Amino acid sequence: MKKIIKKAFFNSLPVFAGYLFLGFGFGIIAEGAGYGIIWAFFMSLFIYAGSMQYVSVSLLTSGASLISVAITTLMVNARHLFYGITMIEPYKKAGKLKPYLMFSLTDETYSLVCEGKAPEGCDFHKYSFFLSMFNQSYWILGSTLGALVGTLFSFNTKGVEFAMTALFVTVFVEQWKSTKDHVPAIIGAASALVCLFIFGSESFLIPTMIVISIALLLMKRIRKEKAETPASDNVGNVVVGEEKE
Amino acid sequence: MNVGRSIIIVAVIALVTLLLRVLPFIIFGGKRKTPEIILYLGAKLPYAIMGMLVIYCLKDVAPLAYPYGLPELIAIAVVVILHLFKRNTLLSVGGGTVAYMLLVQLVFV
Repeated sequence: MKKIIKKAFFNSLPVFAGYLFLGFGFGIIAEGAGYGIIWAFFMSLFIYAGSMQYVSVSLLTSGASLISVAITTLMVNARHLFYGITMIEPYKKAGKLKPYLMFSLTDETYSLVCEGKAPEGCDFHKYSFFLSMFNQSYWILGSTLGALVGTLFSFNTKGVEFAMTALFVTVFVEQWKSTKDHVPAIIGAASALVCLFIFGSESFLIPTMIVISIALLLMKRIRKEKAETPASDNVGNVVVGEEKE
Repeated sequence: MNVGRSIIIVAVIALVTLLLRVLPFIIFGGKRKTPEIILYLGAKLPYAIMGMLVIYCLKDVAPLAYPYGLPELIAIAVVVILHLFKRNTLLSVGGGTVAYMLLVQLVFV
């Protein structure tokens, strides 16, 4: 168990800087809008969604209707549906840990668990559980600190939010090297670029998700691939998600 | 600030977010076998999503106005090169972030 916690902690460190500072930024904004440390704490505890919490401050202060709050949340966070789809199988037998594992599937946590593999000798569910918890604690820490002392802070942190971009680029490179099949990665980036160009930065995510789904299913049809069935052995099946050596 | 109304708004955001996160598990994760098409998407999506998330992070970069997205481009190159040579996530993320901060604070001001 100690080893699992240690590994989870170490692998959560790339998220540390990003969450601390992005959370900090959220805390400052919330505090500035009249929502102090207690609000920042509970929002980070119960919502726990980075960009959405930034948006939520403007929803709180603008007097938006509950329907438009719900729709905005749907639009901003729809990508989380994809994370769930990926983790159905890896998290299937997580037992008591499953509720928290599902709740805590943020972009960053997803990028660290989406391969469905834990470090050697670690139980994947326990490992993911601690990793998810470490990540959320950084987020809560950052946002409460931001609400508490954000205005006193004078150190120039401009650009620190790039930590998230850097993390996703790192995972992208890692995945690129782990497989010879680069078509899905290209589909993802190209769909997002094209949709960003067509729909603009405010509303391109949902069109991107639709295009990605269609493209991947077309690819399946063209290649006549089958998904790995978890219960059976894979002899004679085409194994997806993992490259055959 | 209306405390009651604010709590309701936070609750709606939290619930919709939670719903989006658990919906796939509720629909496909039960005792029944997950449809093959969903399993296939689940296996291929991580690769596609990382590409999408990288673009998502860069969505507000304006390539036609100064500094033409150069800080992002250079910092991403630093991350990729660091990662290809050292393959240490912490180093790649840390190095890339420091590079980016230096670029936007000192070089492209």
